[in-house]
Amino acid sequence: MKRSTIALWFWIACIAVVLLPWYAQPDGVFSFDWMARLFVGDPGSYSALALLLQSGASWFIPVVFTLLGLSYAIFRMEGVKQARAVTALAAFGALFTLAQGWMFGYGGAPGTEEITGALGRQAAFGAGALVTLSAFLLLSAIGISGLGRGQGDAFVVSGIVVIAALIGIFVFFPVGHILLRALFDNAGQFDLGNMFSRLFSAKIWSMNCFIGAGSCGPAINSFMLGLATATGTTLLGLSFALIATRTDFKAKKLLRVLTVLPIITPPFVIGLALILILGRQGFVSEFLNEWFDIPKSRWAYGFFGVWLAQMLSFTPIAFLVIIGVVEGVSPSLEEASQTLRANRWETFRKVSFPLMRPGLANAFLIGFIESVADFGNPLVLGSGYNVLSTEIFFAIVGAQEDANGAAVLALVLLSLTLTAFIAQRAWLGKKNYTSVTGKADNGAHAPMNPALAAVCYCTAVPWAIFTAIVYSMIVFGGFVTLWGINHSFTLNHYISAFGVEWTEHGLWFGGAAWDSYFTTLRISALAAPLTAIVGLLTAYLLVRQRFIGRDLFEFGTMLSFAIPGTVIGVSYIMAFNVPPIELTGTGAILIICFMFRNMPVGVRGGMAALTQLDKSLDEASITLGANSATTVRRVIIPLVGPAILAAVTYSFVRAITSVSAVIFLVSAEHNMATAYIIGLVENGDFGVAIAYCTVLIVTMLVAILGLQAIIGTTKLRRQNRLAKAQKAAA
Amino acid sequence: MKNKFLASAAMAVSMMAGSAYADGQLNLVCSTQQDWCEKMVAEFERETGIDVKAVRKSTGETLAQVRAEASNPKIDVWWGGTGDPHLQAAELGLSAQYDSPELGNLLGWASNMHDISGGRTAGIYAGALGFGYNTEIFAEKGLEPPACWSDLLDPSYEDEIQMSNPHSSGTAYTVLATMTQLLGEDEAFKYLASLGNNISSYTKSGSAPGKNVARGEAGIAIGFQHDMIKLAGEGFPIMIVSPCEGTGYEVGSVSIIEGAKNLENAQKWVDFALSAEGQEIGAKVKNYQVPSNSGAAMPKEAPDFASLKLIDYDFATYGSTDTRTKLLVRWDEEVGTN
Repeated sequence: MKRSTIALWFWIACIAVVLLPWYAQPDGVFSFDWMARLFVGDPGSYSALALLLQSGASWFIPVVFTLLGLSYAIFRMEGVKQARAVTALAAFGALFTLAQGWMFGYGGAPGTEEITGALGRQAAFGAGALVTLSAFLLLSAIGISGLGRGQGDAFVVSGIVVIAALIGIFVFFPVGHILLRALFDNAGQFDLGNMFSRLFSAKIWSMNCFIGAGSCGPAINSFMLGLATATGTTLLGLSFALIATRTDFKAKKLLRVLTVLPIITPPFVIGLALILILGRQGFVSEFLNEWFDIPKSRWAYGFFGVWLAQMLSFTPIAFLVIIGVVEGVSPSLEEASQTLRANRWETFRKVSFPLMRPGLANAFLIGFIESVADFGNPLVLGSGYNVLSTEIFFAIVGAQEDANGAAVLALVLLSLTLTAFIAQRAWLGKKNYTSVTGKADNGAHAPMNPALAAVCYCTAVPWAIFTAIVYSMIVFGGFVTLWGINHSFTLNHYISAFGVEWTEHGLWFGGAAWDSYFTTLRISALAAPLTAIVGLLTAYLLVRQRFIGRDLFEFGTMLSFAIPGTVIGVSYIMAFNVPPIELTGTGAILIICFMFRNMPVGVRGGMAALTQLDKSLDEASITLGANSATTVRRVIIPLVGPAILAAVTYSFVRAITSVSAVIFLVSAEHNMATAYIIGLVENGDFGVAIAYCTVLIVTMLVAILGLQAIIGTTKLRRQNRLAKAQKAAA
Repeated sequence: MKNKFLASAAMAVSMMAGSAYADGQLNLVCSTQQDWCEKMVAEFERETGIDVKAVRKSTGETLAQVRAEASNPKIDVWWGGTGDPHLQAAELGLSAQYDSPELGNLLGWASNMHDISGGRTAGIYAGALGFGYNTEIFAEKGLEPPACWSDLLDPSYEDEIQMSNPHSSGTAYTVLATMTQLLGEDEAFKYLASLGNNISSYTKSGSAPGKNVARGEAGIAIGFQHDMIKLAGEGFPIMIVSPCEGTGYEVGSVSIIEGAKNLENAQKWVDFALSAEGQEIGAKVKNYQVPSNSGAAMPKEAPDFASLKLIDYDFATYGSTDTRTKLLVRWDEEVGTN
């Protein structure tokens, strides 16, 4: 435990407590307007010490005493004794600093009004509070490492402590908040009976649609939709994956492009395009009416339309999950099976398919979660088919402001995804699916049984054509005056959204979409690297370090993935609308939301990349005297370039395309493109909405290519050798 | 704690509109159509140099947000949308009292909003409820156009009618309140429940039914006439009907949020929104509501209020939270949204 490091953080904590404004400043701490307010005696700009001395904020006494204690421990104590004292004091300081925000002031514990006195309720945490909190956290981490935990490595322990704290505050706290909200009725009274009666009410679980007596409850609707979408996307994804790996299909490149497109498409655009194709006035309905006399109807609305839109949106994800596994199935095993006289169908059914199970299960799970969490498609196409995600939204924004109802629905949604999670684990069981080993693995994949290949072609190829049609519709829709009425070419939609004028004040971005477009780019560009850093650091800790509570830690990082965006969005406004952590209406809440929603993918990708790297590389670096921070910087990061690229790209794209969480968190100052487009869609301004989406898609393509150029792909010598070996074998 | 350095760096890079205008900020929520909101913002920015951050949200979403943020509002001014939720906000003390110098120029129904809200909101436009039907679908299916509210119950319109959901849309709440005032509460709910048989979908937004009818996704829309007149003007095959029994109307309003961070700019916005000049912007982007400033030119497309059979809409009663909650609970029980 280096005294210089620990002293540095100690002095930072001191400065934060003595000098920095404790509460958030309306114009930001960097504007320095708070200094002016300091002189007129506005307690809002005081530091903790000033609050204590000037405004009688007696609850800061423990903070000051913690600092005094720390100074004694740091400068007068030695060795393990010092580490123990620093750990205990700093941990107490961090917990107390956090807790006092809730205990005193806003909605604080009963009786604390007397203590807060004239100061009234406390405002939100500002620079002073946040820096103090961070310094205490890091001091406690350094203290723990001084006790010999985490190989005595301060970097490792700090990483674990910081990420655990972040997950605690930004995942567990808001989610816990929403669960608690279900326990209290809208008047704020604790009411367990109310929760249970609402939780199991027929309104949510009604199965009337099965007996032909009206419509089902949103829980059943969501569940059925989730099952249908997950099954469909998994099967289609498997077809695509088999075609891509086991046939010599000519247009594989095109197939790849078609699978990337939906991932970078704002989700509800597909719903829109479907209306334009299959809606009552869509050309398919026209055609059927003209040629077969089938009356035009609203058949594309409701379950079928939403399902179709979700299939289009989520099949690519299933494909990407499955193809990795399909490629990984060892050819030697398939060859062995054929040597033992199994035919191609038997080989597929008894060897290849069982080995693909983890991929299929993952694809199914992701399809299910994406489907029940999907907000855009049900909103556009759902019509009377109510699902949980939209119901939650309207419980919150509806005229009755039924927060308790929303919380109960969120619980139901959460239980659905967790059930799927558990079912997936159970189906996979504890079997061993390893087939990628270090051993020589020669041979070629068995070609598919002709019947199976035919099935694959018959599903995948028409589907690919359908996707292509949908996308040409999207482009087309942006360039015609009035879809379905007037198909004359126009640039008006683009001009009204992205028009630029030259005025006396200079270049004026008069187009209506510019504000939200720039906000989206800025927020996504900030969120993407942060997400990647947190995700990859977590992956490093999980793969390379052993520590107590590692499993819980891993579960925590995955939790935000299993929770649908709507629930995250609602829980964020509930938890972060009031002091001490007040974030609503800022850009920060969007960035944080994206970070913790998209982090799991960075974690998974990072873990996969890191497990491929032999640990001896780290050990060599450590043996040569580097600490783990240097090892990460000089050895690991250069070797996991592709994982970093993937994490940054993914979080950038997700930040731009996500809707469900964002729609709650946008504000006038920070309006995101997707929320803006939803407004256009709701008003029926399809032309502009589609034009905007096309611009977003192009933006993301450019960004992806740009990122690839900047970060580049790391050339591992091993990969080259493998390629050579394959060539030689061929 | 917003990082100003990063924000301004990004702004400089993107050469955003705001960088040229340095006369302060205004956070605005519009509950009107997007294009109108944008045109208003553009004109206001041009005139005052104030940088307006605007977002469009339906009245229900806005009221929910204003309520949630009551202790620390992020919105300065709320412009447009049906008057009822504005009155609700006034009743809950969520909006601020302001007497604009333009008040004297307002028509009676607009200053009435100001009076019954204790000066917390003011009328900017009025629009009457009505139906719109798709002429092509009607010709194709050989249907008779509806003339009265009672005609809408005709079984031949099964699955052809759309209206919005009163939980999320002020338009639908106006329908609910209008029917209650026309028929009495019990009869009104009976009417709405049987109307439900003909409804194909309760949309989330108030103007969506009109748009769906215009594009032929539905046959009949219940909504504000001015929204549908706009669509007809754009070339969609939609005809507008004023119900024979008489109809209700909305008074679109503007309110300053209590505790607004940019109060002065918010007051400037209200002055602008109530001025004859500000109100004529609507017609320029084909929004044909009746302007509330007596000096503003009446768009020739606007429904002539003198020839419409308007009910004596009781804004004070139907704008109150109690009545609203009572009606919405009853809606859930007797009409539902499925």
